[in-house]
Amino acid sequence: MTAYINQGSNDTRSGFGDGLTELGRTNPDVVALCADLIGSLKMQTFIDENPERFFQIGIAEANMMGIAAGLTIGGKIPFTGTFANFSTGRVYDQIRQSIAYSGKNVKICASHAGVTLGEDGATHQILEDIGLMKMLPGMTVINPCDYNQTKAATIAIADFEGPVYLRFGRPKVPNFTTLDLGFEIGKGIMLQEGTDVTIVATGHLVWEALEAAKELNSEGIKAEVINIHTIKPLDAEIILNSVQKTGCIVTAEEHNYLGGMGESIAGMLSRNHPSPLEFVATQDCFGESGTPAQLMQKYGMNKSAIIRKARHVMKRK
Amino acid sequence: MTDINYLEDTTLQIRRDILRMVHKVNSGHPGGSLGCAEFFVALYFEIMEQDTDFDMDGKNEDLFFLSNGHISPVFYSTLARRGYFPVEELNTFRLIDSRLQGHPTTHEGLPGVRIATGSLGQGLSVAIGAALSKKLNKDPKTVYALMGDGELQEGQNWEALMYAAGKGVDNLVATVDLNGKQIDGTTEEVLSLGDVRKKFEAFGWDVIELAEGNSLKHIIASLKDAKSKLGKQKPVAILMQTEMGNGVSFMMHTHAWHGKAPNDEQLATALSENKETLGDY
Repeated sequence: MTAYINQGSNDTRSGFGDGLTELGRTNPDVVALCADLIGSLKMQTFIDENPERFFQIGIAEANMMGIAAGLTIGGKIPFTGTFANFSTGRVYDQIRQSIAYSGKNVKICASHAGVTLGEDGATHQILEDIGLMKMLPGMTVINPCDYNQTKAATIAIADFEGPVYLRFGRPKVPNFTTLDLGFEIGKGIMLQEGTDVTIVATGHLVWEALEAAKELNSEGIKAEVINIHTIKPLDAEIILNSVQKTGCIVTAEEHNYLGGMGESIAGMLSRNHPSPLEFVATQDCFGESGTPAQLMQKYGMNKSAIIRKARHVMKRK
Repeated sequence: MTDINYLEDTTLQIRRDILRMVHKVNSGHPGGSLGCAEFFVALYFEIMEQDTDFDMDGKNEDLFFLSNGHISPVFYSTLARRGYFPVEELNTFRLIDSRLQGHPTTHEGLPGVRIATGSLGQGLSVAIGAALSKKLNKDPKTVYALMGDGELQEGQNWEALMYAAGKGVDNLVATVDLNGKQIDGTTEEVLSLGDVRKKFEAFGWDVIELAEGNSLKHIIASLKDAKSKLGKQKPVAILMQTEMGNGVSFMMHTHAWHGKAPNDEQLATALSENKETLGDY
């Protein structure tokens, strides 16, 4: 077993904020927009250092998406910041027409995704955003797993030409990836090799998958763990190679199983290598108020859920 | 100033282009297109400093954004007649594999188009973004936008209006085509816009009223007036009253031709009222 060490829990949104700060120092074309959530998105340092490159839009997300699209004309690279709910569902048509169809180089940066937003409840806990965004032609969808990877992804997407949806979250979670790995869009990461079951996770569920693999290993089950930080384009190769070896797969994400990463993988496998698959995801329902840990437990998106699904899917081989 | 006779001839030719384009495919939006023909000619042939060797970034040139994308016929004809692409390409309007989609798009790479529009209410926000980009680039040129009046029923416009004034976006001229008509009837019948001038002023815009929105001379004067008001911490709006279907007798004073093409006989009548000047495509 490869040992992954938590270097100190931190929130992925701080990874975004620190990545943006670095971009402010290194890339003069990067500009940032926010819809009245500077603190939540950790954008203050970028603003302090680059006040002329920051646009406080107010609580007007539709206008923010349009202004971001316009800023690309003249060569700017706009990063929009608000909660995932207001970054996607609220402004779907603005993203669809002014950004995706228009092919604009806008980076839609979305915090507080999923139920780990916690106590604010279902009005703010979007579990449909990956589906909404991956359906848009030309949209790249990225959901990094920890602080380091979110920072690396934030920096990487500035050099990538085209619209990107970058999804991250509110709670402090283990920080275990190393920054020197860099970030390659569309390239899955093999975290743990195994032969009995493949666990593919994204976002906050990657650490849970590693913890699950550890426990499964103690039972003699060798789980392979893959971090799919880029949901679109999907790294089919790394998943296919794994499933051809293990013969079954669990997908894990903080999202509805409809429209999520798991659904993309299920479709890809059914076309290429039909295999037993189980989803760790919400089951077509809304969230509710609670602590992140309570919610992840209640809605079946943590280590124990992954272990349960792994045991089950192995029986279906 | 460009010879007014040439501008008038260009307007006539653009009207013919609009009519022939929508007739050929029996679809499209002639009413609003005809109503704005003079505005497009004034803007593209007299006012805007532009480079027809198209570059998406449009640095150091004036930019135009059409928010009410359904009046694509007048936009396409203007761009072609101005030299952005061959006029023969107007033949492909709304046909499969064409760069001239039903509503304007960047997706097919048509020179002169910088944003896809059609789903209403989004163009002003984009124009604001482009204006902010110009400010960052220390580019002194101006950004122009055109919106329909019915389109003001979309809430995003009011977010954009609030932002542009609140943040002093003063390199932007937004024109509203006040033809008083939309698909289901007059704007009064469908959803009254109220006092548009008072609303824009209350939002903090510098407002110019243009009662003669189908007069080249008056449009040019208003656009020049607008330009003189820029750089004073306020965005500028032109409220331009036009006649939908202008120049075609049976298309005027009705909303019936918002999105309907003329038949063969109607086309012949309409063309007889607008003589060929620069050569049909």
